[in-house]
Amino acid sequence: MQKLLLLGDEAIAQGALDAGISGVYAYPGTPSTEITEYIQHSKKAKEEGIHCTWSANEKTAMEAAVGVSYTGRRALVCMKHVGLNVAADPFTNSAVTGANGGLVYLIADDPSMHSSQDEQDSRSYARFAQIPCMEPSNQQEAYDMIRYAFDLSEKLQTPVLFRVTTRMAHSRSGVELREGRGQNPVKLDPNPKRFILLPANARMLYKELLAKQPEFENRALQDGFNAYQEGSDKKLGIIACGIGYNYLQENFGGKCPHPVLKVSQYPIPRTWVKKITDECDKVLIVEEGYPIYEELIRGYLDASGKILGRLDGTLPRDGELNPNILAKALGLPKTCGEPIPDVVVARPPSLCQGCPHADTYTALNEAMKEYGRGHVFGDIGCYTLGALPPYGAIGSTVDMGASITMAKGAADAGLRPAVAVIGDSTFTHSGMTGLLDAVNDKSPITVIIMDNSTTGMTGGQDSAAFGKIEQICMGLGVEKEHIRVLTPLKNNHDENVRVMKEEIAYQGVSVIVPRRECIQTAVRHAKEAAKAKKA
Amino acid sequence: MKKDIILAGVGGQGILSIATVIGRAAVANGMYLKQAEVHGMSQRGGDVQSHLRISTEPICSDLIPEGKADLIISVEPMESLRYLPMLHADGWVITNNVPFKNVPDYPSDADLEKAMKSVKNMIAFNADQLAKEIGSPRSANMVILGAAADKLGLPYEEFEKAVAAIFAAKGEDIVSANLKAMASGREQSQK
Repeated sequence: MQKLLLLGDEAIAQGALDAGISGVYAYPGTPSTEITEYIQHSKKAKEEGIHCTWSANEKTAMEAAVGVSYTGRRALVCMKHVGLNVAADPFTNSAVTGANGGLVYLIADDPSMHSSQDEQDSRSYARFAQIPCMEPSNQQEAYDMIRYAFDLSEKLQTPVLFRVTTRMAHSRSGVELREGRGQNPVKLDPNPKRFILLPANARMLYKELLAKQPEFENRALQDGFNAYQEGSDKKLGIIACGIGYNYLQENFGGKCPHPVLKVSQYPIPRTWVKKITDECDKVLIVEEGYPIYEELIRGYLDASGKILGRLDGTLPRDGELNPNILAKALGLPKTCGEPIPDVVVARPPSLCQGCPHADTYTALNEAMKEYGRGHVFGDIGCYTLGALPPYGAIGSTVDMGASITMAKGAADAGLRPAVAVIGDSTFTHSGMTGLLDAVNDKSPITVIIMDNSTTGMTGGQDSAAFGKIEQICMGLGVEKEHIRVLTPLKNNHDENVRVMKEEIAYQGVSVIVPRRECIQTAVRHAKEAAKAKKA
Repeated sequence: MKKDIILAGVGGQGILSIATVIGRAAVANGMYLKQAEVHGMSQRGGDVQSHLRISTEPICSDLIPEGKADLIISVEPMESLRYLPMLHADGWVITNNVPFKNVPDYPSDADLEKAMKSVKNMIAFNADQLAKEIGSPRSANMVILGAAADKLGLPYEEFEKAVAAIFAAKGEDIVSANLKAMASGREQSQK
């Protein structure tokens, strides 16, 4: 079969296409974005009408996918780890309903927080919802395991959580493809109560879910993605999860002398945990993320010293792993080269040259000058970089949509003025409901919806808010005369400062929409237009 | 044969196109490849790096261990120094010496030059100038790649073939500009 050089994310996307999905449902988020983009650009998706447009947020994405599964067809849902917090309601409840058509939740975690506000480990969510979890160690596995996950989902009638981390998502390697297969026909679940979670049904369905648990573990034992590798040096055994396995093997040239339990499917089979803890003096548990299984295997009060990992300091408590961290844990010699010379300084990310947000922040800082620090609440996106020098323009960034609701809370508590700064895509993701709260309470806040007409930070995906912001705000009850649209340009600076000052002074809900296209997508669109003209 | 390469630069400078050419040449020669890239927030003008590993044997880790890189290929001088802990004692640094100054505390020319001089094996030159001289100012990347080509363990023609294949869709002019850029960088490295 064909061999392609694919990012982990692309291998997952190709795997899902070849597994016969009827749709991918997603909201952009690093490091998961490239999966949906790959499907959007694929010929197969176009030819077969596979759904692949972006959803407004992770919750709407997941619920739509549950609807696909309801019909008997297969759906993939993609998001970054914190997106699963937004989708936690359909996530946990769909574990109780179970799946009809294959249903796979692809969650991309970001340990070390390369582009995130926390490093939560989505394997916790799989345990919480009590569903199977897959975690590939390389791109080929990622490709193969996606189809397996859909089959497992259909066979055991359960959604499956498919977890990757940044390095898996954004690393490229050769992947051999298999013959693709078609979509499922529409076929409703024979159990008419499956998707009706009335308490009486839910109690029954929950018992079904609990009854499936031994089979979930049995599949993890039998189906070949976990493996027990014998080793002669039994002073130490190693349980290596996901890409932690690669870092382990790197240190031994692929030939680890110790017994190794390679884990790519959860729950980890107890049979093998028992075997490795019985036959080895000590057991090192390598998890790219939280010490979830380490804590389980160690036990809450463990003081035996037999289990090593992140909790006893053998591995660092936080951050992603790498070959050197493993080398240190294994007592192998250091290989570090020359130190970084002192002249090398940090180069944090910054707003692009020509970014509209830069002009908005310059104007906002001037409009807010008289009030001192701490009156502007930020949100998640490129404009979060407004927290850094030279702007220092925002005083908070917590989660998607929190700028509006935190400003409202602060205003309720007496902070005057209280200003929220949020992007267009973030606004429709989860800012609208907060704005409704503010309107209903007549909270004195000013909401600046920085409309760059795209989802910028993740690379310029379509924004669900496009062309709709003023109507949405009016629909939610914001007074028309307090919805002000600006063009953030240096030439308009004085006028923009004036408008901002006016609305900040207004003792009710006001909305300012600085609107200018993202400089990155504007350049891309200009190139595409020139190309089209040429052709 | 195995080469571990760190590619370095600033988000938006296009280090991934260097990786694409090397990767294509390696895979066309039946080699294994793993390449860890940076996507997301750092791409906005921050420091970016890519770990590119090519080998005739299967590769375990997506990340290169410290002190094991054979080469640091950089399109920015300060960035070429950031990854020295990754470089093997006998490894080489090949870099453009034109600074990209988007931070207020960027080192002075003299301090930067001094730090670069202290690196054992380094090829540093003005790739922007060479690219301009051959009439394709945006191909400094390929100039740097050309300067590294002789240290990558594959015949030079393999990189020419890769460039031809990758840029074919963009037309004959683009292919020949990139080939010229690569050749001029290679010539510079042999001086």
